[in-house]
Amino acid sequence: MSDHTEHHIVSPKIYFAIFGALMVFTAITVAVARFDLASVWGPLNIIVAMTVATIKATLVVLYFMHVRYSSKLTQVIVIAGLFWLLIMLVLTIADYVARTGWPTPLGQV
Amino acid sequence: MATEVIEKVESRSTYLNNGHTVKSWLLTLDHKRIGLLYLFSISIFFLIGGIYASLIRLELVTPEGDLLTPDTYNRVFTMHGVIMIFFFLIPSIPAVLGNFLLPIMLGAKDVAFPKLNLLSWYIFMLGGALMMYTLINGGIDTGWTFYPPYSSIYSNSEVTMAGVSIFITGFSSILTGLNFMVTIHTMRAPGLTWFRLPLFVWAHYATSLIQILGTPVIAITVLALALERTFQIGIFDPKLGGDPVLFQHMFWFYSHPAVYIMILPSMGVISEIIANSTRKRVFGYHFVAFSSLAIAVFGFLVWGHHMFTTSQSMYAGMVFSIISYAVAIPSAIKTFNWLATIYKGSVSFSTPMIYALAFLGLFTIGGMTGLFLSALGLDIHLHDTYFVVAHFHYVMVGGAIIGYLGGLHYWWPKMTGRLYPETLGRISAVIVFVGFNFTFMPQFILGYLGMPRRYYAYVPEFQVLHVLSSGGAFVLAVGFMLPLFYLAWSIKYGQKAPNNPWTAFGLEWQTASPPPTENFTYNPVVTTEAYEFEHVEEIRNAGKTGAIQTA
Ligand SMILES: [Cu+2]
Repeated sequence: MSDHTEHHIVSPKIYFAIFGALMVFTAITVAVARFDLASVWGPLNIIVAMTVATIKATLVVLYFMHVRYSSKLTQVIVIAGLFWLLIMLVLTIADYVARTGWPTPLGQV
Repeated sequence: MATEVIEKVESRSTYLNNGHTVKSWLLTLDHKRIGLLYLFSISIFFLIGGIYASLIRLELVTPEGDLLTPDTYNRVFTMHGVIMIFFFLIPSIPAVLGNFLLPIMLGAKDVAFPKLNLLSWYIFMLGGALMMYTLINGGIDTGWTFYPPYSSIYSNSEVTMAGVSIFITGFSSILTGLNFMVTIHTMRAPGLTWFRLPLFVWAHYATSLIQILGTPVIAITVLALALERTFQIGIFDPKLGGDPVLFQHMFWFYSHPAVYIMILPSMGVISEIIANSTRKRVFGYHFVAFSSLAIAVFGFLVWGHHMFTTSQSMYAGMVFSIISYAVAIPSAIKTFNWLATIYKGSVSFSTPMIYALAFLGLFTIGGMTGLFLSALGLDIHLHDTYFVVAHFHYVMVGGAIIGYLGGLHYWWPKMTGRLYPETLGRISAVIVFVGFNFTFMPQFILGYLGMPRRYYAYVPEFQVLHVLSSGGAFVLAVGFMLPLFYLAWSIKYGQKAPNNPWTAFGLEWQTASPPPTENFTYNPVVTTEAYEFEHVEEIRNAGKTGAIQTA
């Protein structure tokens, strides 16, 4: 973002909208928990849960933590953090996948 | 060392005489004083870790386990590893020399967040206090690697408390890294562009990257271990539905890069010493700078080389093996560039330079034996033997500690305003080098012959090599104790140091020894690249008058 947005003030409207969105996603998590998605496809439970969690975390980071309105450098640091997490997950999961095949019943992994 | 007479009046105000009360030290926000607080604390931890090392080497003088019980021996080598790694090596150069020098090298008055800097020391001391509590309660017996399921279920030592201690200490490391990174980005003097930075700063930038991105993972890992131990939550223990190899993945994701937290700052120190002791710009400055970053990044992609003998898939093993080989490239770039710097330089064999030369040889051996261990087949033979022990001591002691000692001597006149006895310095540097090789060279052979690590008894055939190693350890201990005494002695009785005793290049040599609280009495402006020795006469004059405004 450009320099003059450094002291960007977020309107309460946006905060409430984000809060609403987080609540909706929480409701989705609760609703989904009532169905056993594994009967449709093995890994589906975790895929849905992780997708919802990722969207919620992204909203929190972008708006509540002001990263959307921060300097480019801050954004690069945030992306680097996520990238490093990705390194750990990808290389670790690659080991398990190469051992046991994919898709595995994730409960065993 | 040049013996210039300094014309400064005795009453000049420095960071050292700016307050003499205990409070003025314990509540200081001055990065230089915080560096000295760290120096004092980690020296104590080094002594404790050293006592444990002596116990290990004493036990191994005879093939029978006679000095310690097996259980005590487990606790002794674990505490040696935990204290040396988490409480000495990780903080050593960044928290002491980095804290002291980084802002001065940038021409800044302090780090970006001075209060956070002080907080990091208090967090470190809190973690250290908990580790001392663990130690008094008998220590832990899991090995510094904390592998479950032993650590999570079976060990009846203070594993949870040690885990909490490491969890807390990690935050001091993160705060130091964060502070350095922000300081380097935002507080460089006018004209000090990225490619004019001393290589010490580049090395610390790369180190900060690892500290910030890696340390949270070890914190999560030991926390998960503590949760499993306390509440029987199945994460790593197969009995509870967990997976012990998952622990090894998470543990080494931090702990392999942690080796680079130790060695990268040391490489930064070596760059400064070699440039200034050969009076040449470091050969291939850009390559040396970027190889630090390359090591920081690629260091995160190799952790599986610790797990070749586990159930890790052989495909993952192959990938980790190949990348481990690749990470040797940036290290080799540095080593060759340092050699090229020395070539046709006017070399002065001062104490720091002797340490730097020792580093070149020892780190090369440490690095090359690392390649033996990243070979999938050979590692099956060498895994968990004394070959591994020798390898990582060549990197951590021969690399990191030698660099720390070299740097401590090199910047000692700047930090204390006193000269240390140079002859004694050279003698003890040579003693360290000889003692070190006698300690660890036999261990390569022992390991290759099949001596497993962490055993307190062994077959009689190995005794000659073990006695050599223990004898070397005694010499090494003498080499480490000597600087402790003469450096402490020099604080009170040493000759007064001129501002630039090495006629070296760099902003830190343009201010007074010891520096004033605000580091500079003028606003430094940088107009040249690092290590431009054509300007050294101006710098020498600047050292006398403190008036010149260019680097
Ligand atoms: Cu490693």
